[in-house]
Order: sequence, then C-alpha cells, then structure tokens
Amino acid sequence: MRFLPLQALKMKRFIGFIKKEFYHIFRDRRSLFILFGMPIAQILLFGFAITNEINNVDIAILDHSKDATTKEIINKIAASEYFSIKQIIEKESDIESIFKKGKVKAVLNFEKDFSKNLIKDSKATVQIITDATDPNTANTISNFINAILQKYQKELNKDITFVYQIVPETRMVYNPELKSVYMFVPGVMTIILMLVSAMMTSISITREKELGTMEILLVSPIKPFQVIVGKVFPYIFLSIINAIVIVVLSIFIFNMPVQGSLLLLGLESVLFIITSLALGILISTISATQQTAMMISLMGLMLPVILLSGFIFPISSMPIPLQVISNIIPAKWFIIIIKGIMLKGVGIQFIWKETLILLGMTVFFIGLSVKKYKIRLE
Amino acid sequence: MSNNKVIQVEGLTKMFGDFAAVNAITFEVEKGEIFGFLGANGAGKTTAMKMLIGISNPTSGKATVAGFDVYTHPEEIKKNIGYMSQKFALYDDLTVKENIAFFGGIYGLSRKRIKEKSAVLIEELGLEKVANKLVGALPLGWKQKLSFSVSLLHDPKIVFLDEPTGGVDPITRRQFWEMIYKAANQGTTVFVTTHYMDEAEYCDRVSIMVHGKIEALDTPKMLKKQFKVENMNDVFLKLARG
Repeated sequence: MRFLPLQALKMKRFIGFIKKEFYHIFRDRRSLFILFGMPIAQILLFGFAITNEINNVDIAILDHSKDATTKEIINKIAASEYFSIKQIIEKESDIESIFKKGKVKAVLNFEKDFSKNLIKDSKATVQIITDATDPNTANTISNFINAILQKYQKELNKDITFVYQIVPETRMVYNPELKSVYMFVPGVMTIILMLVSAMMTSISITREKELGTMEILLVSPIKPFQVIVGKVFPYIFLSIINAIVIVVLSIFIFNMPVQGSLLLLGLESVLFIITSLALGILISTISATQQTAMMISLMGLMLPVILLSGFIFPISSMPIPLQVISNIIPAKWFIIIIKGIMLKGVGIQFIWKETLILLGMTVFFIGLSVKKYKIRLE
Repeated sequence: MSNNKVIQVEGLTKMFGDFAAVNAITFEVEKGEIFGFLGANGAGKTTAMKMLIGISNPTSGKATVAGFDVYTHPEEIKKNIGYMSQKFALYDDLTVKENIAFFGGIYGLSRKRIKEKSAVLIEELGLEKVANKLVGALPLGWKQKLSFSVSLLHDPKIVFLDEPTGGVDPITRRQFWEMIYKAANQGTTVFVTTHYMDEAEYCDRVSIMVHGKIEALDTPKMLKKQFKVENMNDVFLKLARG
C-alpha cells in the first residue's frame, strides 16, 4: 500500500470528504431549496408583510395655531399621496374618541402659536399621535409624516441664515414600545440557522446510516470523529452564508438597523450555528432514519423555537412555568444576543452572560453526543 | 505474520445482556482462502463479523485480523481490510468516478494511484460509458460489482463481504463469484457471509453458525460427507433444525 505522509493524508481525506458532502447538497434540490430558498423566501415574506407601503391613510388635524405655517404644512400633507385629511378636530378630548371610532390612524397636534414660536425661538412643536394597535403601520406613518416635516423645514431654511426647527413629538398610543417591530429579523435568522444547522446535519448523518454508507465509513481508517466533523463542516460554511444573506436582505429590504458590531454579530452567529450543529449531531445519534431525524428536529427544535424563544410571543407575558422552560432553549439566548447587537448596538460587555450560557449549552450537547455516539458504536 | 493464518479467533464472545449473540466461536482463516461464513438470520454472523472488522467490541475471547489484535489495534486492522455490507453502500448521488475517488481518498491512496486504479477498474467492469453517470442510475448488479471493486481499491489483505449477492440475478451472481475467485487468486483472503447454499459450494471452507455457535466447519466436500447428504442445502437444514 502506498500511504501519503500522515498530515497531508489527513488533510486530503478531509478535503475529499467535504467535496463529497457538497456534491450531496448541490445535487439534492430539496436540500438546496431548504438551504437557500427558504431563508430568502422567509425574509421577503416577513419583510413585505411588515414594510407595507402606506397609501391615503386617514388622519385628523388638531391645529391650535391656525396660522400660515401650520396651514402650509397641512396643505403639504394633504397634497401627498400617502395621507388624506379626514377630519379637523378642535379639542384634545376629541383625539381619544376619534381613535376609538377607528376613523383615523393618526392625529397631528400643532402647538399654540406655532409660527410665532418658530420665528421667536426658531423652534416649534407638532405632536404626531398614532394608533399603534398595528405597530408597523403606526411606525411607518410617523416616519412618513416626519419626512414631510423635514422636507418643509429644509425649504424654510434654504434662504435664511439661521435655522428654524420643527420638532415632531411622536407618541404611539396603545402599544408604546412597539414590541413586535424588528423582532422578526432576529427570529427568522434564529429559525433559519437552527433549521439549516440542526435539521440538515441530523438528516445528512442519518442518511448515511440509512444507506449503510456510515458502516462503510466506520470500517475505513477514517475516525468517527473525522466523519462527523467532515459532515458538519459544509453546514457551518453554508449557515454562515445564510446568516450573511439574511442580514444583507434585512438591511436593504426592511431597513433593519444594525447598530452594533458586525464582527460581534458574526461571531455570535457562528457560536449559535455550532450550538445547533451539536444539537443536530445529538439528534442523529438517537434517530435511525432520516424521517425520525426530521420529526425530532421539527417537533423538538422548531416548535419550541417558534413558541418559546420570544420570537413571536413575548416571554415576559408567558405563564411562569413556560418562562422557566424557555431558559433551556438556546434560541432564546441567541435572540436576546442578536437583538442587543442589531437593535441596541450593545457590545460583548452587555451580552457576555447570554454568550456564556450558549457556550455552556454547546459544550454540553457536544459532550452528550460524543457519549451517545460511542454507545451506539458498541 | 509468523504463519499463513490471516484471521485467528479463539473463544470470541459477544453478550447483549444475558443473551450470547456470539458464543465462544473459534476458527482460523488462511491467506488467499475463500471462507464462507454461513448461518440463519439471527445466528450471529453479522455480529461476529462486526467484531472482526473493528466496529463492535467483543465481550471476551481472542481475535487477530491481518496479524493485529481486535482489542488493541482496531485502527491497523481497518487499514488492512476491505468491507462490503449487505446494504448496497456506494453513494447514489455521486458518479462512478467520484465514488471511486472518494473511497480511494479515505483509504489514503494518492491522487495518481486513484487515477490509475479507477481507469483499470472502470475498464474491467466495462463501465466506460457510465463512468461520469450517477451511480443511482446503474442497475443493481453493476452497483454490486462496482461496490466490490471499490472495497478492493486499497489492495486489502482481507475483504469482508456481508451477503454481497442479495437480490441480484443468477448471471450477475455468477460474475460476482468470478470476481471473488480472481481476488482470491491474487492473494486476497475473502471472508463472505451468504444465504445462498449454492454459493457455499464455491467456498474453500465454510463454517455454519447456529444460535451463536459454530456447529460445523470444513470444506464443502467434507461437510457433505460428514452429514451424508448431496448438497450444502441439506447440510444446512440438518444443522439448523438440530
């Protein structure tokens, strides 16, 4: 027999193994679809469902000044295709009743002496009150009104040396914290990474068992450990690509802010990918067929991720037992981490605890699957 | 190796709880021999074989394969044996060439060697036209022959075949046995389990396992004489029915 030098041999085996794994993936349309079609489809679906264009939204005006400037602003808003002024109200108490009747989505409340203030203090305030029972629409409406105000402000300041400032005060009523907005990107990202990493690996490992090729591999000089690493490696790579695709799509399509460090986001994602891969390996050690692996992945991983991770239902409003259970779900911690990085722009000093928990879980799952794997070999 | 015995087994036992799947079997296999390992379903053939190829730990007893101890040097054994399982075990979604390259690769063959080998192999099997086709598209008989050739790719000292001819037609079975003979003539020891008693006749020596024990072990000719029957089928029936 002719053997290559040991180190080169190991590397060559590994590369050969990975090449083979990519053949499997790229030749199977189903896995290709799950790998790349699904993340894009999910992001687009959620993205478009949430970034609804607004059109002719009914709003009401409460104008305490009734001067030239407010009239001009009102005209501009009325002239835009986005809004139509349904009603002019006269007193503050009408705001509540008009919202309750559901006639308008937003009320613009100009302060008294708007023009005068603008000239005297070069600063005037208008309150934008939106009905946030539909938080996404409310957010969009307030953004659009803001944009119109800013445009007007620019026009005002064009030929004047000092600056007039119109200060919009936004108030969201009925759901002031807008809890569900932007929540979906971290959620979808978590689900996709979990799905790709855990389900796809567990299926691909059990497939080798089902086809009998696992036995052949175990009889070969290649070590069981190398087999597993070789099998999960391509999925680490593909999951990272997926994470990038999701982040890029959400930035460009949904205008999702990424306030924090992209590097940190990347590293945390890799950690979560490894957690999921470890879970995938664990699933593959306890299931004999691809179908079982898929069922366990879907029921055992996806459902808890969707229901208990805080993705759709806020954990704070769950019954206490479920809140306790939610702690053992890796996705919960990952969602906290990426929300922190993407939305709040926090650094590692604020999320080290969650990171450690995730790391601990990963080590635990890997340890457990190594143990299970050995038992199976017996 | 001090002698020509490539497999030496003494009192090899595998317990699953209280149940002895393999109960103190003892036998030897010589270099270049075609050794038939027979037994009914559940007699313990596959379990015994798994211990020899290093994927199952014996409970007790001694065994060396290709001169290496199954307890202490399973990795050395793996380098020196080929294995073909009863399930067909090449990758359907890889081409003939890719399968050869992959398995050659995990056995540590150099790229040049793999090229040479695969050219010879493809020619011998007459697979030139389908060399770049997915294995999944080939008829079962071809796959089986290819699978056997792949298990011989790294020139192993011993090749273990676990019911290699299950489900193939008589002509292919015939061709398959011709390949086995060829390998044996070139010095490869063949350790084969089978259900087909006519195939048992082709073996140099056969052992018959019943309930975890080897109840008979000799050349087909001597076994027929011993049990005073015409063919191996009757030998088997006599033994299995006790």
